[in-house]
Amino acid sequence: MNKNIYELLGLVVALSFILALKGLSAPKTARRGNLIGAAGATLATVVVFFAPLGEGKSHHNTILILAAIAIGVLVGVPAARKIQMTQMPQLVALFNGVGGGAAALVATAEYLNLGTGASTAEVVATVFTVIVGCTSFSGSVITFLKLQELMTTRPVVFPGGRFVIAATLAGVLGTGGWTISSGANTPLLVMGGLALLFGVLFVLPVGGADVPIVISLLNAFTGLTVAASGYVLQSTLLIVAGTLVGASGTILTRKMAEAMGRSLFGTLFGAFTAKPQVATGEQEARSVKSGSPDDVAILLNYAQRVVIVPGFGLAVAQAQHTVRELADMLAAKGIDVAYGIHPVAGRMPGHMNVLLAEANVPYEQLVEMDEVNPTFPQTDVVLVVGANDVVNPAAKTTPGCPIYGMPILDVSEAGNVIFLKRSMRPGFAGIENELLYDAKTTLLFGDAKDSLTKVVNALKAL
Amino acid sequence: MTSMAILTIFALSIFVGFEVVSKVSTTLHTPLMSGANAIHGIILVGAIMVADSATNTLETTLAILAVLLATINMVGGFVVTDRMLEMFKGKPKAAKANKDAEASK
Repeated sequence: MNKNIYELLGLVVALSFILALKGLSAPKTARRGNLIGAAGATLATVVVFFAPLGEGKSHHNTILILAAIAIGVLVGVPAARKIQMTQMPQLVALFNGVGGGAAALVATAEYLNLGTGASTAEVVATVFTVIVGCTSFSGSVITFLKLQELMTTRPVVFPGGRFVIAATLAGVLGTGGWTISSGANTPLLVMGGLALLFGVLFVLPVGGADVPIVISLLNAFTGLTVAASGYVLQSTLLIVAGTLVGASGTILTRKMAEAMGRSLFGTLFGAFTAKPQVATGEQEARSVKSGSPDDVAILLNYAQRVVIVPGFGLAVAQAQHTVRELADMLAAKGIDVAYGIHPVAGRMPGHMNVLLAEANVPYEQLVEMDEVNPTFPQTDVVLVVGANDVVNPAAKTTPGCPIYGMPILDVSEAGNVIFLKRSMRPGFAGIENELLYDAKTTLLFGDAKDSLTKVVNALKAL
Repeated sequence: MTSMAILTIFALSIFVGFEVVSKVSTTLHTPLMSGANAIHGIILVGAIMVADSATNTLETTLAILAVLLATINMVGGFVVTDRMLEMFKGKPKAAKANKDAEASK
């Protein structure tokens, strides 16, 4: 292929990525934006096979490359299609991780190929890619394990942890310098290993509720490794695409942290200074008021305004449709019904909107936190379905707790609060919720879907 | 490519990246992150370039593994983003109509 045409097509792809990100920023154009990005990426993948070759070079491994792509498609597409919407955040984390891993592998292969003629800048960019790619890979794996609840979602802090982290980082940078000055292979391997360890140590102290912010940050990191690879491989497309993701990912990370009321610095480095949390608070058995489905139905029946606060528990129980049935029944009785959506309800910002949209809940009933909060004093009953941290007053009253400072839904200002919970187990962030012991709180234990079905039946019988 | 040209591309891309996402609503944070995640799957192109010029077994193995991982990142990323956005189909219009109705009250 003619070199000019090749480069022109690269520009088209780069522009398609800009349009994709632009499109993804607005609800109306989001889907189209994503498709434009996918089309651009496909074009780039096809075109690279026809890249103009330098003097005396020939194509290698074409069959192997095509086979690897085919296997990748066979793995990636079903994973993305079959995943439950509730588990989507960890899939995104995993995709990000393999992307970081790919960048690290590309850089390693390129490092072996650089030879002695390489400029220092190229070696530095390669070393940077290996370090950040490895960190992003192992860090993403830990975020996956946390979100999948294969390991504890609480911050993992051990005595002297920050010294271990600092020493690991120093080790990474030291071996990085050694790699650059020596050009040998052993230091690169040691450095990669240390960077993998650093990724693990970096994410371990992050609490469950902050994991989405870390995923977003690692996403931005991976973008930067792609840009650095682009520099080494002399590919404008990779430089532009990687930098776009790095820059937009950084802004997105900051916005997410803002939406959750967290300082980015506090999220990432708070654990360095935090003492191991006594997460469950006082252990003595305190009395809670638990009610029957009939009690709940009566409370709802005589309310004028009901706000439903859905959380991850609703998604786990697949109770979206039942909750909608209940809401429709209440609305038919002339009761004002709304869903109070916390920005980080579920596992990620916007996650709950996606889940409820899947159950065809009318979009106009979904009210965002800032709009719903002032209405709680006029609300008779708040029905909290499988949510906990997003209504936990500890975010306002307990400095030093992992969610302190996060804006919450002020459900305690409503007349009655009903919690549908599986157990007294604390929420994802692992903090006790004082509201459960409040006099105006009624608890209905059980699977969210079962409980809701019973309430619906009780309401029909009234 | 000269270093200056590369630096120019890099600096301009940073500003474009900042600018395009500056007005995103909270609802779209997750799909946007996922979409950006899919875009960095373009490292696939880099992996193919390296695999295409690899001549020894070690380089080839590393590069082919990179092709595999990058493909999963890119293809899976775009598909899962599309699935998320499928849910929003037509919904923003309803919200707008609702807001308009409220405004006219």
